[in-house]
Order: sequence, then structure tokens, then C-alpha cells
Amino acid sequence: MTDLSPRSLWQDAWDALRLNRAAMAALWMLGILVAAVLILPLLLPWTYEQTDWDAIATAPSIASGHWFGTDSLGRDLLVRTLWGGRISLLVAFVATGVSLAIGITWGAIAGYVGGRLDQLMMRVVDILYALPFMFLVILLMVLFGRNIFLIFVAIGAINWLDMARIVRGQTLSLKNREFVEAARAGGVPASRIIRRHIVPNLLGVVVVYVTLTIPHVIIVESFLSFLGLGVQEPMTSWGALVNEGAQELETSWWMIVFPGVLLAATLYCFNFLGDGLRDALDPRDRSGT
Amino acid sequence: MLRFTLQRLLTGIPTLLVLIALAFFLIRAAPGGPFDTERQLAPEIEAAIRKAYHLDEPLPQQFARYLGGLVRGDFGPSFQYREYTVTELIVAGLPVSMTVGGLAMLVAVLVGVAAGTTAALRQNRMADHAVMAAAMTGISVPSFVMAPLLILLLAVGLRWLPAGGYGDGHWRYLLLPVLTLALPQIAYIARLTRASMIEVLRSPYIRTARAQGLALRTIVLRHALKPTLLPVMSYLGPATAALLTGSVVIEQIFGLPGIGRFFVNGALNRDYTLVMGVVVFYGVLIVVFNFLVDVVYGLLDPRIRHRT
Repeated sequence: MTDLSPRSLWQDAWDALRLNRAAMAALWMLGILVAAVLILPLLLPWTYEQTDWDAIATAPSIASGHWFGTDSLGRDLLVRTLWGGRISLLVAFVATGVSLAIGITWGAIAGYVGGRLDQLMMRVVDILYALPFMFLVILLMVLFGRNIFLIFVAIGAINWLDMARIVRGQTLSLKNREFVEAARAGGVPASRIIRRHIVPNLLGVVVVYVTLTIPHVIIVESFLSFLGLGVQEPMTSWGALVNEGAQELETSWWMIVFPGVLLAATLYCFNFLGDGLRDALDPRDRSGT
Repeated sequence: MLRFTLQRLLTGIPTLLVLIALAFFLIRAAPGGPFDTERQLAPEIEAAIRKAYHLDEPLPQQFARYLGGLVRGDFGPSFQYREYTVTELIVAGLPVSMTVGGLAMLVAVLVGVAAGTTAALRQNRMADHAVMAAAMTGISVPSFVMAPLLILLLAVGLRWLPAGGYGDGHWRYLLLPVLTLALPQIAYIARLTRASMIEVLRSPYIRTARAQGLALRTIVLRHALKPTLLPVMSYLGPATAALLTGSVVIEQIFGLPGIGRFFVNGALNRDYTLVMGVVVFYGVLIVVFNFLVDVVYGLLDPRIRHRT
């Protein structure tokens, strides 16, 4: 007997995802990573700004207790790498949230209302799309100082454009479907139709896009921190650590290798997971761009 | 075609204006002026400086003056390097940035298309998996991580290549910067080419060509490659933007005397005019390049011209 009980899209997607070994491995790794950056700093005897005067710029060793070595100020690199991970991931999630909020609102309104407003809103997106945002963000950081709130907003503001386009496209195809028509005939106001009927149906595409936006945001934040425009000392992020490591390349290889590899591994995981989710949630496009 | 070109031009011009206006007004809105020094200047000296740099005029007039200067290729004086104008600094860095960026673009397109085509022709076999795994690495490892790691391995460890410097453009000095700058773009172009080629190879006219007994090589080179390259072509605009952005860190890491280095130093020293000059210059480059790509795309693919 085959099971004929209804299955949701999410159930199907989860089953498909579970069969994708690379994506599942990535999911596990990310889970471990998040747990590690949250819990491990509490268990280690050092803080991210504490100097160990007996171990200035020492190589990694189990004996000294500095498993990742120390930097030129004698700070434990393991703790700093974990703290860098906290900051990088925090920025990634918050900035992605910002871009999600703006993108969904903008795209859903443009798509649902249509007509002149749609034309106008999408033209704005076109124009913004052509701007070299990275340079404007750098300009912004230079002018208004380096606070973490500005990083969230600035990075989030770059990434909502793609989101808006994707959401608008989906909304256009959704808004003429029967259930939306039924809601409209029943006198439900447009704002409520968008919230209750359009947006929930967009979530599949949005989830895939979010997973692929997070690594992008991590790169942008690291890029800014690498240039010295991100978070401020003694607080750190992966980009800032890679920058410090790049300057001490010839003397302290561990300063670049550990944060660099961890950063790259995280980006790998998000990309694999994103590809897996796309295959699971969007069966039309399996060609893999 | 003329109509299409004009239409594209009409999107490009507002983009440029928005860019310049954004940069200009952001700078004026920033706290602290470029001449804030530790020492209190005499009011008359300060007034004289403000007058010399036209900072005493109303904002719209300053903006008009800046725009007028831009049209003549004048980005104003640098606040940090007092004896130079921003234009002189950009011109000084341009050959280096152009050499590295241009070579990276060339490498990215050639290697990316070749790798993507190879993968598509051997879909789901070893070569395909190898190319796709390499592409995933290119996408996942940012150039500012890849570059120091490669320097550590090839320059510090094995001593095969110099760790930095420009060396008057000798290939040993260019190899690593060009490679690290190109890698992410190679990866994107390879993935795009693969997906596009797989789709093209499934289309009926390719089946016809096969049925006629044409060699696979001829089919790929003569019939499949051109339509495959259309999505790659439209990616060249974003690729330029990514290369210019990436060149900033690459120049910093390898100590190349290009525009990006001035930009970073200007950013850290709050040299407003220099930073803005580079933002506007690169912005104009990107917008112009996007426009050219669009026009060429329109020439290659008549469907695009007639849709809008």
C-alpha cells in the first residue's frame, strides 16, 4: 500500500535534501561551527583581549594551551578566531535579515500592485543595481566611522536588490492564481493578501536565496574588515584576523592559516547547503549555475 | 538597434548621476571636515582655505562645480597628497591596475569558458566533478584569503615567486595577483558556461547537426559556442565590477602601486576627494562597461533588442 496522505512541499524538500550528502554534511558542519563559536569561548581560559605575557607570537602547541598559537600581542588565537566567527556570523545573519525585509517588501509590493508603480520601483532597482555598491559602502565606512550597526545596514542595503527582483517575479506569477483571486473576491485588503497569501508562498525561493546570500555577506564583511574598515580592535572578525595574519605572513603562518581556513570552510558549507536546497526546493533548475 | 542603444543610454545616465550625487552628498553629510587639525587655525586662514577649495559656496553650486570638473576629467585636489590632484593620482595608478585587471579578465574568460565547456561535454563524469569542485573552491575562498595562503606557500615557503611588488610588470610579479584576482571569476564563468552549454547541447538544432554526422568538435565550436556565450557575455558587466572591487585588496596584499592602493590609503586617511574620485572613476568605468556589454549583447541576440 502506498501512503496517500498529503505531503507538504517542505516535507518533500527535506526528504530530497537528506539524500544530498554534501548538503547534509554542510548542515552538520555549520551546526557544529555555530555551537563551537557560541560555547567554546566560555570554556577557554583566555578572553579575546587578554595578553599572555609568557607567550607572545608563539606557534600552536598543545602544551602551552594555545592550540592555535598566539598573535604578536600574545592573545590566544583560538579564542580570537571563535570570537571572529561570532561577529562574522552575527553580521551575516542580521545583514541578510535586513536585505530580506527590504527585498520581500519591495518586490512583493511592486509585483502585486503592478502597473506604473511596478515600473517605477523596478527602475529604481535597475539604477541601484548598476552602482558599484562596494565602493559606496567603503565611502560610507570612511565617512561615518566604523560601527557595527552601520555595517549591518550597509551590507543589508546592498543585497536586497536581487531579493526584490526574485520576489517580484514570483509574485507576478502568484497573483493571478485562484486562491489569491478568491481572497480578493472575498474583499481581503491588498496588504493582507500580500502578507497572508503571497509571502508564505514565496518562502521556498527565499530560503534558497538566503542560504546563498549569507556567504556573500560574510565575504563583504570580511572584505571591509580586511581593509581595516570593519569592527574595531580589540574586537575582531574573520576578515580582520586574516588581515593581521597577512601582515605577519613571514613570521607567524598560523595567524593566517587558522582564521583563513575556517572562513573558507564556512563559506563552502553555506554554498553546498544552498546548492542542495535549490535542488530540493526548485526542481526546475538542476543545471547548477 | 539605434533605439535599443539609446534606451540603454537612458538607463546609464541616471545611474551615473545618482552615483555622483550619492557620493557627493554623503561626503558633505559626514561629520568633520577635511581640514580639521589638532591645532586651532586662525579664523581668517580657515576662511581662506574654505574659499580656495570653494567650500564656502552653497551646496548646489558646489555640486555643479564638481560635475563641471568631472566632465573635463578634473576630480579636484587631493586633500592628503597636497601637491597632487586626484586625477594625477588616478593616472599614476592606472597602468598597473589596468594591466592586472585586464589580464585577470582575459584569464577568467578564457579559462572559465574552456573549463565550463569541458565539464559540460563530460557531464556527471570525473572531469565534470573535478571542474565543479574547483569552481566551488573559487567561489568559496575569497581572494583576500587565497592570496596570502598562496604567498605563504609559493613565495615564503617554496621561494618560487616574489611575495609582492610590481617589478615593472615582469610576469613573475604579475602571476599571483592576476591568478588570485581571476580565480573567483573563473569559477563563476565556468559554472555559467557549463549550465548554458548543457542546455544548448539539448536543443533540436544540435541534434540535427549530430544526425548529419558532424564531428563533435565542429558542433561545439561552430554551432554551440556562440549561444552558450550569451549568458557569459551578460555576466561580464558584474565581473568587471567584481574585478575592480577585488583589485583593491589584491593591490593592497601584493603591494602593487595601482589605483586601489591609493583608494585604501585615502580611505584610512579620510582623504575625501581621493576616495570619492576613485569611487566615481570606477563607477563610471562599470556603468560604461555595462552599457557596452548591453549593446554588444543586443547586436548578438536580436531577441533582446525587440523585447523592450
